[in-house]
Amino acid sequence: MRLQVPIAIGFLAGMFMIVQYFVPHPAFKTAYDALEEWVMIIGAFALVLGLQSLFQTHIDKIRRRREGYSYSFVTLISFAVMFLVGMIYGHRPGTLFDWLFDHVEVPLDATIFSLLAFFIASAAYRTFRARTPEATVLLVTAVIVMLGRVPIGELIHAKLPDLAEWIMVFPTVGAKRGILFGAALGGIATALRILLGIERSHLGGGR
Amino acid sequence: MWQKLAYFDRRIIFIFIFVAVLIPFLTTWDIPLGYTTPSTQSLYDTIEGLPPRTPIMLVFDYGPASMPELDPMAVALSRHIFSRDLRLVGVTLVVTGTQMCENAVAPVAAQMGKEDGTDWVNLGYKPGDIVLIDRMGQSIADAYPTDAQGRSTRQLPVMEGIRNYDDIGLIIDLASGTAPGSWIVFAHDPYKVKLAAGITAVMATDYYPFLQTGQLIGMLNGLKGAAEYEELINHRALGTLGMASQSVAHLLIILFVILGNIGYFAITRRR
Amino acid sequence: MPEAAATSSTIFGLSTQIIGIWVAALLTLAIYSFLYGDNPAYKLGEHIFVGVSVAYGAVILWYEGLVPLLINPLFRPHLVEDATGPKYSLIIPMVLGLLILSRFVPRYDWLSRWPIAFVMGLGAGLSIPRSVESYILRQMHGTMLPLLPPGANGGYDFLTGFGNLLLVVGVVCTLTYFYFSARHEGLLGRASRVGIWFLMVAFGAGFGNTVMARISLLIGRVQFLLYDWLPTIGIHLGGPGVG
Repeated sequence: MRLQVPIAIGFLAGMFMIVQYFVPHPAFKTAYDALEEWVMIIGAFALVLGLQSLFQTHIDKIRRRREGYSYSFVTLISFAVMFLVGMIYGHRPGTLFDWLFDHVEVPLDATIFSLLAFFIASAAYRTFRARTPEATVLLVTAVIVMLGRVPIGELIHAKLPDLAEWIMVFPTVGAKRGILFGAALGGIATALRILLGIERSHLGGGR
Repeated sequence: MWQKLAYFDRRIIFIFIFVAVLIPFLTTWDIPLGYTTPSTQSLYDTIEGLPPRTPIMLVFDYGPASMPELDPMAVALSRHIFSRDLRLVGVTLVVTGTQMCENAVAPVAAQMGKEDGTDWVNLGYKPGDIVLIDRMGQSIADAYPTDAQGRSTRQLPVMEGIRNYDDIGLIIDLASGTAPGSWIVFAHDPYKVKLAAGITAVMATDYYPFLQTGQLIGMLNGLKGAAEYEELINHRALGTLGMASQSVAHLLIILFVILGNIGYFAITRRR
Repeated sequence: MPEAAATSSTIFGLSTQIIGIWVAALLTLAIYSFLYGDNPAYKLGEHIFVGVSVAYGAVILWYEGLVPLLINPLFRPHLVEDATGPKYSLIIPMVLGLLILSRFVPRYDWLSRWPIAFVMGLGAGLSIPRSVESYILRQMHGTMLPLLPPGANGGYDFLTGFGNLLLVVGVVCTLTYFYFSARHEGLLGRASRVGIWFLMVAFGAGFGNTVMARISLLIGRVQFLLYDWLPTIGIHLGGPGVG
């Protein structure tokens, strides 16, 4: 019961969308619009999932006094401040919430992500070895693209940008399209498995 | 010695990379941009070909993490859209997109005397992802009853005559992830609306197959794509300013790879 | 840059804009301190980020999701244009949405499967036929290419023809490499080995682009420090809008 009902709900919702695609009858239009509206509303409730994972992780860490648990207070306090500021003052441009986003979230997010610049340089230096013919092909292509995609490439050789673009347009598209076919078929198969109730991981464990 | 060359402390690399990016900004080195990628040119040409007041949907599917690559594109595209007297409708599938749109478009609009609500609007975020895209194919005002400021979408002068994708001249998805795929599947292919993308360079190889089929009419690839666009609209900004650093850092990384390989082969030969 | 977004208010005689730039700059430097080694400044920044970003998402989902899509049409119809009264049909998605809250009560958390199954099922049904069209049919069509395309002056464009040939061979051989239902021997084995070479070219191109992307991210932060932060202590290095 706990599993059959959700599987039936998923099957009916999905089958309706498939039938509607092949038979776009005006009679279906109202139901189609309503279902899509409902999904958007339920999607907004998904914020609960984010909150759940945040609270579970950090409250658990504090309770068990795990290493570095004091930083979990920092996370929870940051959450509370940002959330209350947003709910009290609103989220429009010029509000305190907007200010906190621009001066706290933006620099932190952008800087954390930009650390990758250093790590990719270090990784390239340590692991990019021409050990085999295949690895050499990879290395040479990467170097051509790295040079061809920046202005200095053109100063080294006038045809480098053209060569880099040619690599992207022909051989790379060949390989990428092969991968795309595989991924798309896999995605469609997974969607079918969800519809038919064979794939249940999104429903979690239990009976 | 070879061991040292092949495996030195990564913090030395970190310092070199930082200096390589920093130094060009402290000099007056003005590197000529030169080559324009065909996909950049075709996006520019498409916008040039649109009649005045045509609405362009600019999609902000990214957050602060990808701002350095995508913000310069957003700014350059807004500038081009406004200079051609086209309408700009900002939307997003991700929560951070509302602010990205506001931060990129509002200053350009103010500078160019374009009015919020009349010449452009930030419809902001609505949940639903692919369902939101599909729903706008039926009715944009149903999908977005209000804009990001809570104003009724139907009442806004900028939305006059815009029912769904039939009335949109071009959609440009600025994205750090797989969103352009969703826009291809749920907007371009079923509704035949023209679609282009501005993407982080990491995603570039994934979207060339769609350029080749015409499912994307144009594409800006990374900071270089933004710089090329700045050059085309003749307004150099952050994209162009970053190109000297980008060049030096690439050369440095290639040099590191060569050094690493010399060290590696010297060691393996000795063994 | 948003960190430099213009605001006019002041606190203790300092403009909120200048304070904002300093906060952003100090947080930026705190994160970069990680490059020397893990330390409390980095950890502090990292943990602030997690809290702030989840709260940001929750607030936006409330104001731009739940309020205009559910709360106004159902409970405050006078705020909705053309509404003649509460839209009672929205009680269904509201109940389904509220069922997600059951995840906080372990005994009843199975109820949260209903809304999730509905959203996933509908998404799957929406995707299946359209993915076939966009990812399979259109891409197959794009692979049926002329090997001798017409060029300028009435002749043939051999270079594009060669590129097209490579593209087609690339697609077929890459697919062969990922075909695991038969042993990779003979022709199949040779094609699959060619497929590996195409994959290496694609991965190399991908890596080159990735390097470019990552360096751009650092450039963005350096531009913030140089063009927004340094001017607050009187050092001006130009910035956007030049030329």
